Amino acid sequence: MGCFLTNSSVGKKVVMSVSGCFLVLFILFHMAMNLTMLFSPEGYDMVCEFLGANWYALVGTVILAVGVLVHFVYAFILTIDNYRARGKQRYAVTVQEKGVSWASKNMLVLGIIVILGLGLHLVHFWSEMQLQEILGKTTTTVGGYEVHATSGAAIMMITFSKWYNVVLYLVWFAALWFHLTHGVWSMFQSVGAANDTWYPRLKLTSNVIATLVFLGFAAVVIFCYIQANETTIAELGATQIEDVKVFE
Amino acid sequence: MNFTLKIWRQKDAKSQGAFETYKVENISADTSFLEMMDILNNDLIHKGEEPVAFDHDCREGICGMCSMHINGHAHGPSQAVTTCQMYMRKFQDGSTITIEPWRSAAFPVIRDLVVDRSAYDKILQAGGFISVRTNSVPDGNAIPIPKADADESMDAAACVGCGACAATCKNGSAMLFVAARVSSLAKLPQGKVEGARRAKAMVAKMDELGFGNCTNTGACQAQCPKSISIAHIARLNREFLAAKLKD
Repeated sequence: MGCFLTNSSVGKKVVMSVSGCFLVLFILFHMAMNLTMLFSPEGYDMVCEFLGANWYALVGTVILAVGVLVHFVYAFILTIDNYRARGKQRYAVTVQEKGVSWASKNMLVLGIIVILGLGLHLVHFWSEMQLQEILGKTTTTVGGYEVHATSGAAIMMITFSKWYNVVLYLVWFAALWFHLTHGVWSMFQSVGAANDTWYPRLKLTSNVIATLVFLGFAAVVIFCYIQANETTIAELGATQIEDVKVFE
Repeated sequence: MNFTLKIWRQKDAKSQGAFETYKVENISADTSFLEMMDILNNDLIHKGEEPVAFDHDCREGICGMCSMHINGHAHGPSQAVTTCQMYMRKFQDGSTITIEPWRSAAFPVIRDLVVDRSAYDKILQAGGFISVRTNSVPDGNAIPIPKADADESMDAAACVGCGACAATCKNGSAMLFVAARVSSLAKLPQGKVEGARRAKAMVAKMDELGFGNCTNTGACQAQCPKSISIAHIARLNREFLAAKLKD
């Protein structure tokens, strides 16, 4: 027998919808948290300290990881199903149908870019912050600086002082923008909460959320890139390690 | 008008198919696409060659038999019509037209442009009916039905079951077809009674027959000859989930 969430096409889409909704809410929270950086780096560090290796933050991290994993694994299961259903013989001529968004047909590719970006992000931040605390360390070394593991502001400033990190993160946010323009309204459709009256409203909401997420995250990255120099990084409590030249 | 036709030829389900190129000349702009195919077949028969097999029946857009994928479009580039309702004036004189059969794992090619669409019949047999006695045609106002509901039911009932939705869908999903059938009955009091059982049975059969999962691209509604909206898919999702949650 089994559950309809694992053995029916409609049920599997509900899992994608609910896990996707959870991830969208998390992304909105993360973006709001990052915006603190724009007007108060000290405030941002307070948030980082609050979300360090405390039991509630660790439980939250595990739940979040499960959410990402479920969304990711189901995406592959659905894609394999769909690839089989399409058959071996493909059309010689295909067109982009009217009113069909490019993002809607490339959700897996966009999702893979988002996951790769997430991996990079975990290496840049999570492994230098929460992971260090889990390992019982209070300080870490980032880009030639020694910083406190809860000094999110300093780690962000050091990371985004490098132009290539800025570019990589902007590409990541762009993929997320495309993914959300289809994903947000789609999660309503998959649980049946949509109709012809609501499609324009839901699609507008998707575009608004996707754009807010893009601008919110991008603003902080660009702000850090512009602000980053020896003085600002030092003011955030980072100590330069001798013999390592960060700024020429 | 003159055209070069690139047509998929395949002897039978087991044979390997390939494109063959044909020329048709002096075609009037007001010839329908299927009539153009008839002219081609006449020529082929006169030359002693095997004519191109293709499905057709009513030739007025209501039977759902014609099923060609023309220049990348199910039923050709005209909006909201079946292949039989499309005319050669829609194409550029002298152009090359590529004609393929529906491509979907659940619709195997039987011969040339003919595919086996019995999978749709099997889905219908699983639940696309009402088993309560409705007797003879009742008096028009005997069962009051709100106009909006009746209209929505009729919009869904316009589905001719041609298979363009699954053939167009990049996932080979039959959701638009199943949704249209579930929705047209769910909106009427006679069909509502068995709504839960129907939604579950039809989705289960659709999955069993190897159709894919809907990813809400909306390509099906763009290519549907009857312009069936994906809002019916949302209703199918609602009906199915409500039924499952009650189990």
